[in-house]
Amino acid sequence: MQSIVSSHHLCLAPPSPVLRQRLLCHRIPSIRLPSHRSTTSLGLFTCAAVSRESEMAAAAKEDGQDLRIPKIASSIRVIPDFPKPGIMFQDITTLLLDTEAFKDTIDIFVERYKGKGISVVAGVEARGFIFGPPIALAIGAKFVPMRKPKKLPGKVISEEYSLEYGTDKIEMHVGAVEPGERAIIIDDLIATGGTLAAAIRLLERVGVKIVECACVIELPELKGREKLGEAPLFILVTSDAA
Amino acid sequence: MFAAENGLKGDPRLEAISAAIRVVPNFPKKGIMFQDITTLLLDHKAFKHTIDIFVDRYKDMQISVVAGVEARGFMFGPSIALAIGAKFVPLRKPGKLPGKVISESYELEYGHDRLEMHVDAVKPLERVIIIDDLVATGGTLSAAISLMESQGAEVVECACVIGLPEVKGQHKLKGKPLYVLVEPSGLDEFC
Repeated sequence: MQSIVSSHHLCLAPPSPVLRQRLLCHRIPSIRLPSHRSTTSLGLFTCAAVSRESEMAAAAKEDGQDLRIPKIASSIRVIPDFPKPGIMFQDITTLLLDTEAFKDTIDIFVERYKGKGISVVAGVEARGFIFGPPIALAIGAKFVPMRKPKKLPGKVISEEYSLEYGTDKIEMHVGAVEPGERAIIIDDLIATGGTLAAAIRLLERVGVKIVECACVIELPELKGREKLGEAPLFILVTSDAA
Repeated sequence: MFAAENGLKGDPRLEAISAAIRVVPNFPKKGIMFQDITTLLLDHKAFKHTIDIFVDRYKDMQISVVAGVEARGFMFGPSIALAIGAKFVPLRKPGKLPGKVISESYELEYGHDRLEMHVDAVKPLERVIIIDDLVATGGTLSAAISLMESQGAEVVECACVIGLPEVKGQHKLKGKPLYVLVEPSGLDEFC
């Protein structure tokens, strides 16, 4: 079963004198969409107001909910029992096949991060590589891939993180980012938060400020948000893990 | 074919792109001069030029699918797809795609590997371009072409940022056109 959340307060010092609506920082009961396996009834929902710079995005809102989000949510395919029994896998490849939904996804992130002095978009291998570069290009930032071990050819720094069984590492090129830069970290989904937490640690070790982590999907039952420390998390869609 | 031979001769953007690519000697093993595009991604202007050149080429060719080869093809393909209004289809290493897949094997220097695609990703008669950061022997691209053709789709062109000397002079790959922006940096010119 999938549901939608509205966006959360973006804790940034506004660079421009434009008056912004303040956001409510708590999660609000969200719209539940029919899953791809079973149908549930739609309930009423309310959403926090969202701060926007783009007039077009404001026009797309109704009662504060971004109308693009239900379409994005419904374009994500759920595949049961992958990679193992009991897991409901959130397949974003179907979102990438829906040109409007994919464009809307990128537009929402770009509207949120444009003009905020963000110079680095870091994307986690491999699905973070799909969403990160278009956002980086649109907001005038660098794209920095954060990769599995031994993929990056130059000198790297690495950070270990826990898996269900064992550990893995995430790596970044030395010199890709500089102290004082402001970064967002992109991945398609946050589950346990292990990978994102490792990405945060890597960037913070070299003096980069993490403005926000941004994912298309959150699996809130897995409490990944708790691993992110001070870094805020922005997501478009939530879903059940299993 | 190389962009400089195909309408972009003297285009200063190509020089900027080439200059932004870092060469890392002896990676992944001795004797290989690895063409590192991560430095291109750090150069916003040069990265934008790269995407713009591909978009200008493909936007009026009724392309409905941009397929990108894991993982560096993912860094270029989606931006092109978004700009020309096409779907993005990831072509992945085995076991990564969660749904029903078709796969094609290709040769490595030692042994072989497989490339996979979701069965419902492309439809018959769709016009496809296939993107990767670099083409060397063309083995991976050939496998990608086979995947597309097995679904009845038409590969209009393969497109890469960098083309190794093996492909210079070859305009076609498995019968399909190949479009490349730059030659590798840091190589000595032979013949």
